[in-house]
Amino acid sequence: MSTIENGAKPVAGVEHGPPPRHHPLRLINRAPSRRLAVFLGALPFVALVVAYTAASHVRRLDNPSDRLLPSLESIGAAFFRLATERDVRTGDITLWVDTFDSLTRLGLGLGVALAFALVLGIAIGFLPHIRSALAPFIAAVSLIPPITILPILFIALGLGETSKIALITLGTAPVMIRSMAQAVIDIPREQMVKVQTLGASTWQIVTRVVLPQMMPKLIAALRLALVPGWIFLISAEAIASTSGLGYRIFLVRRYLAMDVILSYVIWITILAYLLDRLLLWWSRSAFWWSHLEGDSL
Amino acid sequence: MSALDVRNLGMAYGGTPILERVNLSVAPGDFCTIVGASGCGKSTFLRLLLSQERPTRGQILLDGENLPPEPTPDRGIVFQRYSVFPHLSVEDNLILCAEFAAAPLTGRFFGAKRRAARATVDSLLEQIGLAHARKRCPAQLSGGMQQRLAIAQALMMKPKVLLLDEPFGALDPGIRADMHELLLKLWDEMKMTVFMVTHDIGEAFKLGTRVLVFDKIRHDPHDPSAYGATITYDLPLERKRHVQPPETINELIATSEEIPAHA
Repeated sequence: MSTIENGAKPVAGVEHGPPPRHHPLRLINRAPSRRLAVFLGALPFVALVVAYTAASHVRRLDNPSDRLLPSLESIGAAFFRLATERDVRTGDITLWVDTFDSLTRLGLGLGVALAFALVLGIAIGFLPHIRSALAPFIAAVSLIPPITILPILFIALGLGETSKIALITLGTAPVMIRSMAQAVIDIPREQMVKVQTLGASTWQIVTRVVLPQMMPKLIAALRLALVPGWIFLISAEAIASTSGLGYRIFLVRRYLAMDVILSYVIWITILAYLLDRLLLWWSRSAFWWSHLEGDSL
Repeated sequence: MSALDVRNLGMAYGGTPILERVNLSVAPGDFCTIVGASGCGKSTFLRLLLSQERPTRGQILLDGENLPPEPTPDRGIVFQRYSVFPHLSVEDNLILCAEFAAAPLTGRFFGAKRRAARATVDSLLEQIGLAHARKRCPAQLSGGMQQRLAIAQALMMKPKVLLLDEPFGALDPGIRADMHELLLKLWDEMKMTVFMVTHDIGEAFKLGTRVLVFDKIRHDPHDPSAYGATITYDLPLERKRHVQPPETINELIATSEEIPAHA
């Protein structure tokens, strides 16, 4: 290198430059192959199952009737029993009734929150007067820990469905409203000016320019709201309910029925995962234009 | 074809003057290109022409009347970026203004009406070379294609004045030359008044019938932001196709025989 920098001629007899030194690629520039990616993705799941099986086995060597870490077979058997056999007292199949009731509450709670997020989020993000009136209020309300509202809801609305649905709505709506309002504000100013020069009224700007661009953002906000949504659902069901996934888990806790609890936890996880994927699929198929750039999880 | 008069225009942000004592009279059909150093108020001037912002003093008259206080269809705009709608296909970007005019409540055509509206933009799509891409959405277009769409969209309303804020600043030179041809052709056909902000002196001379240079004429060395900019040179280009464009603004000013607009 230094000879070249000094302007000296290469040494006679050397016709080629040195071969390029091999540097290992930076880690950020290496991506796993498709098969390796699947393998790596499965690894933590397999590790968890293996660790659990081993721990469960060790405990049951000491005490064959151990209830704390039931075997995978007994978890599967509990799940099969709950999903197929009718309860002798009620005549219902427990798992499906619990699932239906819980998903109804979650759907209604998040649905109402979604409606609020859409209407208030766009109004706050788009109309300066409404922003001045509501933005500080929503910012304050979103900081109230929702679970502290639960006793108030139980007192005011009774122990029925309304109070549980209200908890899910109150717990998820403020954050969704704020992220929607921010998303409206983030629409480039140029677009807002341009659409005015095309002769659009405020209503037309909302319906043709703002709302369609908000839809994928709304779905993204909903996917994030599913997590606290489930927490509030299970909490409300655990405290006051006669059905539902959370009710069942906290009911059988008294009998240390870990096989039922674990099968319900796995079931809830599967439901939550499917809901999340469903929303992502909806966003990608209906609003594909917003998924053209960048990766998404 | 519309005349535009700017009288004693001044603009300040929070006490910091950006523009001061801008006077200008533009004849119908003029193609004014605006050049000047960064931060000298070129884009601010364009925003004032658009009513995106309101001047702190002075007035702007379009055909003898004060500009409306908000953006309206009589002034079209093309920005450097973000001026087409990312959720609409190319053809739907173009029929949008017709939908606004025809359907106050839904702002949307349905069924046969929509097909008919899309058919009306056939020749325009051909003209801007986007006929093959009519179903694509903007993220699937190159930068040049997006700007062709943005110009066509702005012209759909047949504006009296077309405002261009560095529309080709992000394009490579070859594409830029094509865009110049397209713009000159459309300007020739539609005979509108054009204001175009650009950083490229060559572009300003190639396209404009009149080059406006924005700069500060008063300087306070202890407080550089004490004074705003104004139009320091106003060069009508009668023989515009034959003028060799200068390389820099300084050269332009040095070689100019014109009298400064504010002597």
